[in-house]
Amino acid sequence: MEVKNNINIVFPAETLDLVKRMIARYPEGKQKSALLPILHLAQAQFKWCSPEVMDYVASLLDISAIEVYEVATFYTMFHLEPVGEHVIEYCRTGPCCLMGGVEVYDHLKKRLGIETGETTQDGKFTIKEVECLAACGWGPVFQIREKYYMNLTKEKVDQIIDELGK
Amino acid sequence: MKILTEHIDVPGIETIDVFIKNGGYKAVEKALKKMTPDEVTEEVKKSGLRGRGGAGFPVGMKWSFLAKPEGVPRYLVCNADESEPGTFKDHYLMWKSPHTLLEGMIVSSFALGAKTSYIYVRGELMYVIQILEKAIQEAYDKGYLGKNILGSGYDLDLFVQPGGGAYICGEETALLESLEGKRGNPRNKPPFPAVKGLWQCPTVVNNVESIAATSWIVNNGGDAYAAIGVGRSTGTKLISASGHIRKPGVYEIPLGITVEDFIYSDEWCGGIRDGHKLKAVVAGGSSVPILPAELILTTTAGEKRLMTYESLSDGGFVSGTMLGSGGFVVMDETACIVHNTLTFARFYHHESCGQCSPCREGTGWMDKVLKRIEHGKGRREDIDLLVDVAKKIEGNTICPLGDAAAWPIAAAIRHFRDEFEWHIEHPEAATKEGAVFMREGASWTL
Repeated sequence: MEVKNNINIVFPAETLDLVKRMIARYPEGKQKSALLPILHLAQAQFKWCSPEVMDYVASLLDISAIEVYEVATFYTMFHLEPVGEHVIEYCRTGPCCLMGGVEVYDHLKKRLGIETGETTQDGKFTIKEVECLAACGWGPVFQIREKYYMNLTKEKVDQIIDELGK
Repeated sequence: MKILTEHIDVPGIETIDVFIKNGGYKAVEKALKKMTPDEVTEEVKKSGLRGRGGAGFPVGMKWSFLAKPEGVPRYLVCNADESEPGTFKDHYLMWKSPHTLLEGMIVSSFALGAKTSYIYVRGELMYVIQILEKAIQEAYDKGYLGKNILGSGYDLDLFVQPGGGAYICGEETALLESLEGKRGNPRNKPPFPAVKGLWQCPTVVNNVESIAATSWIVNNGGDAYAAIGVGRSTGTKLISASGHIRKPGVYEIPLGITVEDFIYSDEWCGGIRDGHKLKAVVAGGSSVPILPAELILTTTAGEKRLMTYESLSDGGFVSGTMLGSGGFVVMDETACIVHNTLTFARFYHHESCGQCSPCREGTGWMDKVLKRIEHGKGRREDIDLLVDVAKKIEGNTICPLGDAAAWPIAAAIRHFRDEFEWHIEHPEAATKEGAVFMREGASWTL
């Protein structure tokens, strides 16, 4: 898929305002604590955490770029490669597997024609395997952005893909 | 007896008005207007409430360790990084009734003398973070947060902090590192957070459920809380029930009911799904030892096992397990123990922070060996190799993730060695789709 690296990496004014309020949650000089919340904002805005995005976050917090890189590479929620429009994060841990999670996941991969970590040709979907999403009683489960999709079946997966693929 | 979830199904309970109509925020009124911080701590001590995140350490005692040097801020941090496989109770409570946590946060912060508190929520639960932030705004608007709360002279600011997807941040010192904007590498202890925690200031870190319970304790007294339960397992506990049961979900139980009742009664799990039999249970989240049907229901002394810290651990790791976080995963005869153990091993491999070599290397090794057994490429010596690697991780790491990774594998082999052997000796049969080992004469063999 095409990678657009030259988009203007600047938050809109209202997000910059939010950044300021986030930094104010911590004592003076401890603005680095806002790193995770701001990385989440950055990913929501710029789709993935490119080096340019991470450099921008470093500049907002007045910390060195390496401090952002080492954090963004530690936490699995941050995408370090370009991703599709919808990132499906599929739970692969025991309790979901007991509820047929493996079969449903195989169906999802077949339906999209891609493997874990890949993006569909049209750039619509990326699938990632993730560990337990703390929704074991409602498994199998996957997540797209902040939304949880629970009690998944092959039919339900088809419906969701049909809906989002439009 | 319900303490945390009594009103959880009341429509609109997530809003402050409905919450107050159902008796909410009375504990804030009582604590801030009629009690001293030490009196609140004393009630929590009397209650016998134990840490609900998994460790079971007495909450009141943890509070009493908090250093109080003059002129240094103290912090309360709520651990809402719930990530232990099988556990989803905090998720449920915050999603359904955010003010239950906020009320506990205010009362607990008051007891500890914290003027700023944080709720660290796993980043995947961004929708729950939005629910909490809305609830916090409501609490500010009603004067339960902010300056001079209810005219008491006590000030408190409360913020939500998202994680970034790392199980290790459920370990309290890793959580504090993360809250400081760093990688979640656990710290060496001592110093404990009670002395040097967030930004090197005295800090208490408590689980969502522990903090939420403190408002009921303030309202009703520590003795009333201690009257519920059995022995040192006082009060109620949220149990996350998943797997092959009729009614998966979160249940608040009085500690002390029998495991058999919890699994088979219609009040709780409603029994094993139709036409199937109980094979095994992971009773307290992925890190605690798995037990086969006969040992989870009865101790080796022939007594019915109870849902308490003591009864579940009766028999140590030879024949017992732990209450842990209350992540109760039930498996019927269709469950493959090798596959389930592999998913847990893969989990700990994925989640190891990489700081200590026994955990970093050992979890990867166990994952690799289990993968080859699962795929029909196991070797005879692999089972003992797994036991050996698990032994060499246990106790040799900075934080308990190493133990948490070692225990489930050691226990699966302890109780289901024949199933691992079958996978290794009959790779063709074992790798057929839907194939599952049947132990001759076992209670779960159909």
